[in-house]
Formats: sequence, structure tokens, C-alpha cells
Amino acid sequence: MAAGNALLRPSRAVLVGTATVLAVLGLWWLATSGLRLLNPLRLPAPSEVWAAFQQINGRGYAGATLIEHALHSLGLVARGFAVAVITGVPLGLLMGWSRRAEALVNPIFLLLRPIPALAWIPLAIVWFGLGDTGKVFVIWLTAFVPSVINAFTGVRQVDTILIAAARTQGASTAQVLRHVVIPGAMPMIFTGLRLSLQASWTTLVAAELVGAFFGLGRVLNIAGQDIYPGMILVGMAAVAVCGAGTTWLLGLLERRVLNWRPAV
Amino acid sequence: MAKRNFLGPHGTVLSLGEFWLLTIAGFALFFGAWSLLAWSGWLPPNLLPSPRAVWATLVRLWDNPFAGHVYADHMLASLGRFLMGWAIAVAIGIPLGLLMGWYRLLDEIVTPLFDSIRFVAPLAWVPLAALWFGTGIGGPLLIIFVGSFAPCVISAYRGARLVEPRLVEAAQTLGASGRQVIQHVLVPGAMPSIISGLRVSAGLGWQSLVGSELIVVGAGLGYLMVQGQGNLATDVVIAGMIGIGVVGFAIDVALRGVEAWFRRRWGQTA
Repeated sequence: MAAGNALLRPSRAVLVGTATVLAVLGLWWLATSGLRLLNPLRLPAPSEVWAAFQQINGRGYAGATLIEHALHSLGLVARGFAVAVITGVPLGLLMGWSRRAEALVNPIFLLLRPIPALAWIPLAIVWFGLGDTGKVFVIWLTAFVPSVINAFTGVRQVDTILIAAARTQGASTAQVLRHVVIPGAMPMIFTGLRLSLQASWTTLVAAELVGAFFGLGRVLNIAGQDIYPGMILVGMAAVAVCGAGTTWLLGLLERRVLNWRPAV
Repeated sequence: MAKRNFLGPHGTVLSLGEFWLLTIAGFALFFGAWSLLAWSGWLPPNLLPSPRAVWATLVRLWDNPFAGHVYADHMLASLGRFLMGWAIAVAIGIPLGLLMGWYRLLDEIVTPLFDSIRFVAPLAWVPLAALWFGTGIGGPLLIIFVGSFAPCVISAYRGARLVEPRLVEAAQTLGASGRQVIQHVLVPGAMPSIISGLRVSAGLGWQSLVGSELIVVGAGLGYLMVQGQGNLATDVVIAGMIGIGVVGFAIDVALRGVEAWFRRRWGQTA
């Protein structure tokens, strides 16, 4: 197919995809509002979801508006994630660069790694209560382990020839680390960040469902207790939008940081 | 010294003695710091029990029921629930991924739907799952299914896409039917990717199970921990975490065994 054509006309995949999404939305409407096949307490009609959306935006729900809940959750993920990167990446780099550090720290990871971050939630509640600190703590745990492991693997994958070349030109250890090892480990570090960002949202939602004063998990929790299916769907959609949005932002950052890399 | 470190880790090899010394020091550091924090009195024992106290609690929970069951029964309840939810995800996800890799139209139909729900964190399904299937068996199963489904689909899809087209064409030239190509070329070719996907999906499914048990279930390791937390029995909470780690680790080891067996049998490297 000619390139000009492809630019002007939407591709087959886009057409089929749009048709599918429209068909599913149509079926949803038909099964709920149109033919009333489904009990509205199981699956709400699109209009009910829209009404719930307007309610939470206008009057608020579970103590705040949707934007306030979302910003609260976003803030917690951002804080936990930032602390995990600041503590995890340097530790991973150190373990990658020094076999002694690796041998010393590895046992601790062997013990802690099989326990999912979600399993720390009850302990976090005992230690920090239901406030923000406990949530930042479990998000830190979620993102910390992948940050360490991927920074470690990234350093080990750096080509020995590059290090030797820098050395022959008289680079000091600090220079080798700064100009060869850390840039070389960067792609791997970002892979770890991408994986742990998605996991952070899962952890946060779980922690907020178990107990919280604000946040999207709190919205889901209250909507579940009120048996308010429209609001449950609004909450789920908000979680998805936040997850997708932060993943997109991380992708932007990755492209900026790794702009020296040829496009794949 | 400087010369030995010329290439960083690539240039350094620890002697076996030094390696084990540092490894033992690492374990000692972990348990030492924990014991010290617990015994110093800086933290009250109901916030951080000592390793010894946690061990005593584990022994006690083994014989005496807590939160309705003895420890092993909580473990089995969690494991059984996980296996059911994960099996459903594998049984639906792997064939769907393979077929999406094989039929382009199916790929184009499913991908937008898949992408639009992929970012809903598995635990965000909890209220809806409770509404649809209750909090007994069905609700938690849906959560585990949602948690482990995506990696099954994605790994099978990638595996099918990575199969050398020439092999498919060769089979077709030799007169293989569509079914035969799928059975003898596509599935074996996609196997390495599928098996690594199984490990990822089992890990995520196990996490989702823990999350769902914290929120809705009446038995299992997660429930044990919630009850412990409610009674401010931190030793019980940590005992639950240990069980979750042990079972999760065992699942991963079992799947690694499957991976190794598969590689020996089929002579492939992932």
C-alpha cells in the first residue's frame, strides 16, 4: 500500500477496533436500558454511570469530588514511587558494581522478595494507621524491589568492552560509572519502573480498600457498601485513567532520558 | 586492588570463602537488626515482635486454630482458591492469545477491548466482583482471574507472533491443515514465551489472591492476617506474611521446574 494512502485513510485495525468498541457499548445499552435484560444492581445502565459521574463531580461522594480523590491517590503513588526510585536504584547500582555488596545484600532480598507488597498492608496499618504514611510505605515496597533488581541487572549487562575502552582512555571509576555504567543500565531501570508503576496502583487500590479516608479505593469501598454499581464503574474507570496516565507520563520521561538511543 | 577492579564486577571474582562470609553476614544483619529493634524496647512488642516470638507464634498456630482454622488449613484454603482462579485464567487466556496471534481479525477485535480494561488494577474489581459473585468463592476467583489473565494472553500472543513464518509456510506447503499448523508448529513454537508468561501470571495471581483475602474472604492466609491486625497481634500478621512468602516461593519453584523440564524435553532455550 502506498504511504500517502495509509496516512489519509484509517487503517483496518482502527476501523475494526472502533466498530468493536461501539458494538460493545451498544450491547451494554441494549442489555440494560434498551431491553432491560440485566438486573440494574448487577450491571448499571450507561445513563446511571453518567449520573454517578455527575454526582461525584458536583456534590462529591465519599467525602470529596472525583478530582480530589484522584489527586490524593496520584500524590500517594508519586511519593511512594519517588522514594522507591531514590533508594532502590542506587542500591541496585551498588550491588551491580560490587560483588561484595551483592553477596551482603542478596540474602535480605531472598527473604523479602517472595512476599508480595500487598501482604504488608496489615502490618503497615498496625505500624502507621490508616493515614497516608502506611500507603506510601506499601507503594515504596512495591516499587523498591523491581528498582533494585533491574538496576542490578542493567549494570551487569553493560558491555565489558565499553568499560575497558573508557578505562584505556584514562577514565576514573567515578567517570566510568557516570558515563558508561549508569547510562548503560538506564533502559533496564526504566523497564523495572514501568512494571512497578502498574503494580503500585494495584497495591494502592488494595490499601485504600482495606481502609482509607480519601482516594479512589475509598470511593470503590463506599460504593460497594452502598451497593451503588454506577459509582463502582466510575471508580474503576478513574483507576484505569490514572494508571494509564501515569504510564504515559513515565513513557515520556523515558524517551527524554534515553534520547541518545536510536529509535527501535 | 585498583587493578582488580578495572572492569568493575566483570573483573572481580569473590573467593568462595569471602562469598559465604558476606552471605552469612547478610542474613545475620537482617535478623540481628530485627532482634535488636524488637529487644531494645524502642518499639513496643505489639508493634514489632522478635524473630523468636514470631517463630513461637508459628508453632502455636500450627496446632491451635486462629480465625477459625489451624495454619495449614489457612494455607490450603489460599492455595486452592489461587489454583482455581489461575487455572481458569490459563485455560481461557492462553488459547485466546494464540488465536489472536494466528487470526488477525480476532486480534483487531479483542485488542481494543483488552487495552481498555487492562489498566483497571485487579483489586479495583473487588466491589464489582462482590456484587456479581458474592464474597464466598466466586468473587475472589474473579479477582485472581483478572490479576493473572493479561500475562497469559500477552505471552501466548507474543509467542505465536514470534514463530518463524517460514516454518508455518513450510508446514502449509507440505499440506498441513490449519489445525495441524496450530497444533504442531504454532503451539510448540510459542511454548517458551507461554511458560515464562505462566510464571509472571502465577505471581500476579498470587498477589491478587492476597489482596482479595485482605478485603472479602473468611478463610486463608490473608484473612488470618486481617484478624491478627484487628487484634493488634503483630506476631500473627508476620506469621501470615511468612506463609504467603513460602507458598508464593513454592509456586514459583514448581513453575521453574516445569520450565526446566520443558527445555530438556524440547531442547529449546527461551
